[in-house]
Amino acid sequence: MIQTDILIIGAGPTGLFTVFEAGLLKLKCHLIDALPQPGGQCSEIYPKKPIYDIPGFPEILAGDLTKNLLEQSKQFEPGFTLGERAETIEKLEDGSFIVTTNKGTKHHAPIVAIAGGLGSFEPRKPKLYDIEKFEDNGLEYFIKDPEVYRNKKVVISGGGDSALDWSIFLADIASEVTLIHRRNEFRGALDSVEKVRELKILNKINLITPAEVTALHGYKKIEAVTVTKGEEEQLLETDHFIPLFGLSPKLGPIGNWGLDIEKNAIKVDTFDYQTNIPGIFAIGDVNTYPGKLKLILCGFHEATLMCQSAYKILNPGKKLVLKYTTVSGIDGFDGTRKESPKAVVQAINT
Amino acid sequence: MSDIKIKIKDREGVIHEVLAPTDMAMNLMEVCKAYELPVEGTCGGMAMCASCQCYVLSDQQLPEKGEEEEAMLSEAFYVRNNSRLGCQINITENLEGLLVELAPEY
Repeated sequence: MIQTDILIIGAGPTGLFTVFEAGLLKLKCHLIDALPQPGGQCSEIYPKKPIYDIPGFPEILAGDLTKNLLEQSKQFEPGFTLGERAETIEKLEDGSFIVTTNKGTKHHAPIVAIAGGLGSFEPRKPKLYDIEKFEDNGLEYFIKDPEVYRNKKVVISGGGDSALDWSIFLADIASEVTLIHRRNEFRGALDSVEKVRELKILNKINLITPAEVTALHGYKKIEAVTVTKGEEEQLLETDHFIPLFGLSPKLGPIGNWGLDIEKNAIKVDTFDYQTNIPGIFAIGDVNTYPGKLKLILCGFHEATLMCQSAYKILNPGKKLVLKYTTVSGIDGFDGTRKESPKAVVQAINT
Repeated sequence: MSDIKIKIKDREGVIHEVLAPTDMAMNLMEVCKAYELPVEGTCGGMAMCASCQCYVLSDQQLPEKGEEEEAMLSEAFYVRNNSRLGCQINITENLEGLLVELAPEY
């Protein structure tokens, strides 16, 4: 079981900055995120977009902000459970919590900080009849193990980078790869588009555009899909169908944790961003209170105040004084120390 | 500059007539959010999520679709010929009387 002081759900900017603020108070953090990489929306949706309202940064790319936050928190050695979604929470008699992910990983912590943004990113599912029946029976939204597709027929649907990249990758593994997209144009990196074009000429990718998968067929697992191109319909035999239409955030299981929810956000007390369950905090875009603004900079502020309260819960009766990093420096959990050089006062000998 | 009147049909079929300012650099997605209509605007208006997709039911001259909007709509669900992303429609005076319908939640 993973043990930590503050268990942070969501590794976006607010969650990552919590690691730093907690670290200043000598509290250790562990983060859970449904995405395979930290950064939340900043790395998943808009890594190449500039942000102009981070104090002190006239302009910073969302991907670089993530990189900087990781660098800033590194000295406090956060743990990560990535690619797993926090599913259930259990409150123990001593007031601490056990959070279990969809893959069964258990985490134990006295404090839980939900920094889940808009929720966990779930695949966007095409609206096809009986789609649930085929999920994991030949229909997958993620490619976990490419070997599954060796010498199989695969149909991929979608027009973004993941559809392009996986078509290219599977072209060498699967016996047949068909890429289907609603437009002739793809929304992906130029060299990926170029590569798909090459593989099409080599007959290694069967490209059907502008077209759509409009029906799924099979007894227990996928056996064929209907591809509609204009007025024409075509039945295409396949072993796998992989729709890659991006991800959309859903509040998900957190919504059933007994927290006060208002319009898909968790209600908190602005004193310390604690929820209605003592010991569970909610910070960043996931929370709501009168005057709430969903801004990264507000998430940073909320994380900072939250850590003070977390410290007091963990160290009852102990006095806590705000320390300035300019004065005290930073002692990392990794043994590093950062501090400003001492001013040297030298007398002038006359 | 003055406010314009636009009509937004929600997913239950109720039409909301709202006033939208033309001098605040607002787009249709933001107007929906300002009136607490059920529009998520997940990506914040970058044409990257399609949660603000709507169907344009009136015939005002709208700004042309950009590359990013075209691409997003080609991946979104429930897309029709009159689909637009609300975040890509800036509120200008010539949109007076615009009528749109929110697309189903994706």
